[in-house]
Amino acid sequence: MTSATAPARDRAPARDVAGLGVGRALGFVAPAMLLIGAFLVFPALWTIYIGITNYRLTGVEAVSPSIVGLSNYTKALNDALFHNALWLTLLFVLGSAIIGQNILGFTLAWVLRRTRPVVRRTVEAFTLLAWILPSTVVAYLWVAFFDRDGGTLNGILGTPGTAWLIDYPMACLVVFNTWRGTAFSMMLYSSALQAVPPSQLESARMVGASGWQTLRDIVFPHIRGHVLTNTLLISLWTANDFSPFLLTKGGPNHESETVPVYIYNVALQGGELGYSSAISFLLLIANLLVSLVYLRLLRRRS
Amino acid sequence: MRPAYVVRRIGFYVLICAITLFFAVPMLWIASAPFDASPGLGVHWPDWTLENVRKTLDHPYAMHSMVNSLLICVTTAVAVTAFAALASYALSRVRIPGRDALLYGLLLLSSVVTGTAAMVPIFVMMYQLGLIDSRFGVALVMTGGLLPAAIFILKDFVDAVPKSYEESARVFGASTGQILRDVVLPVARPGLATIMVWAFVNSWGNFLVPFLLIRSIEKQPGAVLMQTLTDEGGSVNLQVLPVFSLLFSIPVVVLYLLVNSRYGFRFHGGIKS
Repeated sequence: MTSATAPARDRAPARDVAGLGVGRALGFVAPAMLLIGAFLVFPALWTIYIGITNYRLTGVEAVSPSIVGLSNYTKALNDALFHNALWLTLLFVLGSAIIGQNILGFTLAWVLRRTRPVVRRTVEAFTLLAWILPSTVVAYLWVAFFDRDGGTLNGILGTPGTAWLIDYPMACLVVFNTWRGTAFSMMLYSSALQAVPPSQLESARMVGASGWQTLRDIVFPHIRGHVLTNTLLISLWTANDFSPFLLTKGGPNHESETVPVYIYNVALQGGELGYSSAISFLLLIANLLVSLVYLRLLRRRS
Repeated sequence: MRPAYVVRRIGFYVLICAITLFFAVPMLWIASAPFDASPGLGVHWPDWTLENVRKTLDHPYAMHSMVNSLLICVTTAVAVTAFAALASYALSRVRIPGRDALLYGLLLLSSVVTGTAAMVPIFVMMYQLGLIDSRFGVALVMTGGLLPAAIFILKDFVDAVPKSYEESARVFGASTGQILRDVVLPVARPGLATIMVWAFVNSWGNFLVPFLLIRSIEKQPGAVLMQTLTDEGGSVNLQVLPVFSLLFSIPVVVLYLLVNSRYGFRFHGGIKS
């Protein structure tokens, strides 16, 4: 979620100018906190409890689940499908977020910085559209694009009959998510690039530095912090992204089953609520660690 | 010097064209297929017809799911805006004990507890509360999920509003209620509008929550119905899906353009559930 990009900048003392008083102020905050408590904090904490039971969707354990201690976690340690999901998530994050969105987003920001407004606006419009369209719509667009019979990709490449989503599911997901999320990195890097002093770029050109040298020695030191925070944020989002489900449902034969899809399949297809809660808890811990690093970096920068 | 420059320019435009095509080509389908007499999954110049639009409007669930989406998303957007407005104003203006810890906690929550990480406990909780297959239940879960981020964005906004308006109203003897209603509310309107649009767009595109919690097809919002129709397949659905995708995307794009032109900044919406 997005507000994470807007850190608390407020250091001015709060002055109660409308005469609200602490009592009424607490009353103002209470309804929001109740909803957040009930539908966000409580579920997060409850995963810990469900994760140490053998709770199931159906059967005897659905009525009277019992505490099984850490056996769900030891099961995860030896579960080849869970290891597979972790590995695929790593590939997905590395390919589509850390490499794909980062590099394409930076390239766009860098290349579009001094083009004519018409060109810039056109390219930006398409990237932004890819980002704002509803996820089910874009997923269907890509299912159609990759389709075996009559899909656009087979038409372009002249490879009729290639079932991309079945033969190369992870590669498809990486391309899809790069397409889907690049706009965020592009916008972040374009505003970061504005902080690079033009005079330094000018002097680099005067001394005849190549484009690559300019990027490495002048631009990069200025935006290093942005690269780090951006990478953390898009990695977190990508690791938690459920859209792979919309394209492949994790198939064929678990070949594109990232952790979110695995959690869903174990919980609602397999009915193992206890085990899937244990895995959810591991995902929560991973999210927490990444977020803590992210917030620390932000704080240091400001 | 000269040839090198020309080569660079050509390379530059080839790169821009390639990137633009990468983003545009998968989208072309949504522009051509809805109006094609024989819609397929590939992009080709359509054989113009409005037959698919008629089929979609006649579809037993298509328009109904739009109403469901509207119900869920309006409820969510209004609830998020109202509760976030109250909370962010109080957090911005009054030093409540433990405020900084609370804000830090909210910031963490907004990125740590994602829909995917919390889907199992949320499903179990709603199941035990008897809120499975309830559109209101979906709106509640979405509201809870969007509130921390909304409070943060709005608090930043309220922090930027000068306190002098409220001070002078107070000097002239206005009561707290009057100040909030007649001074703070009008000044905060752009921020509130942005948050409302942001919450609406986010819940409009949210697939996971209604997919988990809604069972019957007549209660499914558009995002889930699309998945249902895709799974069914068949030639009728191939006529309905393109038009439906287009109709379902329009509100998001229109709202985005509206906020962008009115308030001149880009809201961060539609990417995470």
